[in-house]
Amino acid sequence: MALDRISSRSTDTNLSRRSFLASSAGFGGGLVLSLSLPLHRIEAGQSESFAPNAFIRIGSEGQVVLTMPYVEMGQGTYTSIPMLIAEELEVSLMQVRLEHAPPNEKLYANPLLGVQATGNSNAIRGAWKPLREAGATARIMLIAAAANRWGVDPKSCRAEHGEIVHVSTGRRLTYGELATEAAKIAVRKDVILKSPEDFKLIGTRTKRLDAPEKVDGTALYGIDARPPNVKIATLAQSPVFGGRVKSVDDAAAKAVNGVRQIVRLDDTVAVVADHMGAAKKGLAALKIEWDDGPHSRLATEEISRQLEMATLGPGAVAQNKGDADKAMASATTKVEAIYQVPFLAHAAMEPMNCTVHFRQNECEIWIGSQAVARVQAMAANAAGLPLDRVIVHNHLLGGGFGRRLEADGAVRAVEIAKHVEGPVKVVWTREEDIQHDMYRPYWFDRLSAGLDDQGRPVAWKNRFAGSSVIARWLPPAFNNGLDPDSTEGAIDLVYDLPNFHVEYVRVEPPGIPTAFWRSVGPSHNVFVTESFIDELAAATKQDPVAYRRALLDKSPRAKAVLDLAADKAGWGKALPKGTGRGVSLQLAFGSYLAQVAEVEVSTSGAIRVRRVVCAVDCGTAINPDTVQAQIQSGIIFGATAALYGEITLKNGRVEQTNFDTYQMLRMNEAPTIEVHIVQSSEPPGGLGEAGTSAIVPAIANAIFAATGKRLRKMPVDASALKQPV
Amino acid sequence: MGFDINVNGNVHNVDVDGDTPLLWVLRDVLGMTGTKFGCGMALCGACTVHIDGTASRSCVTPIDTIGNSQITTIEAIGATSAGAKIQKAWLDYEVVQCGYCQSGQIMSASALLASNANPKDADIDDAMSGNICRCGTYVRIREAIKLAAALTNEKRG
Repeated sequence: MALDRISSRSTDTNLSRRSFLASSAGFGGGLVLSLSLPLHRIEAGQSESFAPNAFIRIGSEGQVVLTMPYVEMGQGTYTSIPMLIAEELEVSLMQVRLEHAPPNEKLYANPLLGVQATGNSNAIRGAWKPLREAGATARIMLIAAAANRWGVDPKSCRAEHGEIVHVSTGRRLTYGELATEAAKIAVRKDVILKSPEDFKLIGTRTKRLDAPEKVDGTALYGIDARPPNVKIATLAQSPVFGGRVKSVDDAAAKAVNGVRQIVRLDDTVAVVADHMGAAKKGLAALKIEWDDGPHSRLATEEISRQLEMATLGPGAVAQNKGDADKAMASATTKVEAIYQVPFLAHAAMEPMNCTVHFRQNECEIWIGSQAVARVQAMAANAAGLPLDRVIVHNHLLGGGFGRRLEADGAVRAVEIAKHVEGPVKVVWTREEDIQHDMYRPYWFDRLSAGLDDQGRPVAWKNRFAGSSVIARWLPPAFNNGLDPDSTEGAIDLVYDLPNFHVEYVRVEPPGIPTAFWRSVGPSHNVFVTESFIDELAAATKQDPVAYRRALLDKSPRAKAVLDLAADKAGWGKALPKGTGRGVSLQLAFGSYLAQVAEVEVSTSGAIRVRRVVCAVDCGTAINPDTVQAQIQSGIIFGATAALYGEITLKNGRVEQTNFDTYQMLRMNEAPTIEVHIVQSSEPPGGLGEAGTSAIVPAIANAIFAATGKRLRKMPVDASALKQPV
Repeated sequence: MGFDINVNGNVHNVDVDGDTPLLWVLRDVLGMTGTKFGCGMALCGACTVHIDGTASRSCVTPIDTIGNSQITTIEAIGATSAGAKIQKAWLDYEVVQCGYCQSGQIMSASALLASNANPKDADIDDAMSGNICRCGTYVRIREAIKLAAALTNEKRG
């Protein structure tokens, strides 16, 4: 098994060397961290490696090291990104080793976000051209080096399997043999990419490169970092957001065997110990009195009321077509509805954690992050150090889902580490992880539609209110009261809606932080729009698939996935009593999805999602196996939210604590899932999140089909579905 | 002083309080990080190990309850017949995504296969529903367990 397949890379030679030695000693025989030279030296051509760009390094021994600008959190980037490079570089995936990219916004920024981050399902969309070009550039330079050596025309040479071949004579040189000479060749910009018909890797079902180490326990996540003499800390943060520590009696905690130190911050108390068992025992023994601060009476209902009020006033116009008011006035039928979705926690399986070694003039961090440059910047700020004195080692992520786009955990760990001699790993208990998450926003939506005498929607109005995560996380992208995330899935619908008016009202809830959550804006908007279009079909007693289909003449790709999903699901075929089918259709993250969910509702109101059929057109499917896996994954994630997901506040405190009160879908509840991929040569769309947003309305619509009850608030309220005896 | 525990055939002496959960002894004292922390309350299964062959949640197993029992972790499960088949099936079926829960999934599945050569869907539900996967790999886990069982039965046949 490829034990040394994935490694870490840091920014500074001396530190890198030191941390390599430290880490390899501490990891006790796990992954060997690479001793890579710093990038600026490679670029200056001072090493024996051939590194034509920030993503590829070929050593004279022939090893091919690829630096991953997008992180691996399950979505398969550490296979699909190497596929893009290897396709053009003409190497086998068995030849490559992978490195986590260090923080460097210049080299590793996501071109679609402008910052170094993995999110919004855009890794493949961002990488599609640049990383194939990176591979092609390297290939052309290796060919040029070989042609020079042989004194032949480069056109008479070609690359295959990590070698350059002189076609007419059959002479061969390996990339390793050419590395030193290739490094002296000027970087070429004029690369021509392969035609899709010449792809050997792209489009094939390719084995994940990270699977072996995830199956034998050697994969290293942030929580597995063990620099020498590391202590373990766990923490209690103010149970009310914005509260402070009033007093701490730590006598009993200090008496716990293995507890070394209690760190008191303004709003947090941490117990530092030899191991997490002692740290947790110490934490339980602490007597902390909190000053709850201004949000001590806050309840979810108050936030919901604030949002409701906000939807009564005007918002920023996100999209306007035709004249919705005029068309509404002359409509035959009018339908109105209010939808709400709750705050949601991420609950990644790897609880939040961050290891920090705070030294006199520098700070070293071990973490699994979706946004490693953000971690570096915010940690530097918290540490009071310049950026280049903060070294960050990224790791595999035990789930991201948007939670690890935030650097709050790293900041907290730095604040604690400042008081600790030597490295300290701060590990959130599951309870802290859930109660101090940054949550998917609560949304409140007010919709209306006018239908003509055929039932077609001639007017569509939607005004919704909630938090803009973008406004905090990427302020330049929030303009004129709008951001591209909050509105995705609410505007640019696939349907032909001639008179269309959508407004967004930004309302930041008090006393609860918000963040991106898998499927982001569409997680909310697609539930609302796809439920509402279902309502319009029902209002005029039309079939939900036929009703949608009639509005899709201008969206052939949407129509094709709808037809495919309906066909494969057996739409229209009889089902047992209490069982229904629901459909959803979505264009989000650049991919088209249609889902049909089959849901059984018992007389007690219990829901069972039995089967989900999904048709997907994501353009070019880089790795079809990953496409299927991500749809399966997204469906389970979204179904979990639809059936169980809800974070509520009472007296300013998050009421949910662990997996008993914040439930997850489990094996015995998992539906069968069928994924049908439409063949396409369009540029690739994103897929890590699409399945999540699409399943929620499919389930709600299936419940309507089964029971006649329309659920306009998530999660599903089983008590409302209970049938009288 | 302390406790002698047998992990993967090796005896380790660990000096911790008797109520310390095995999980932290493995991860923080012995440095065996393959076993994962997920919930601390036996709700998610990420910390599953075998104690005398039985799948057990190490996050709620105090060290002083273990005695001479044999502990097997993900680091050594490949040396068992059922474990090796499960790991192979996991790779053949491309089960993993983020992978964080998979140590626990594999330990639960290996215990199932070791005790039941031909698990039915209901057996898989019973054995695996204590293991949460946020990436939703359940569909593939189910298929991979059946594949591993088929491998076992082929060999017997």
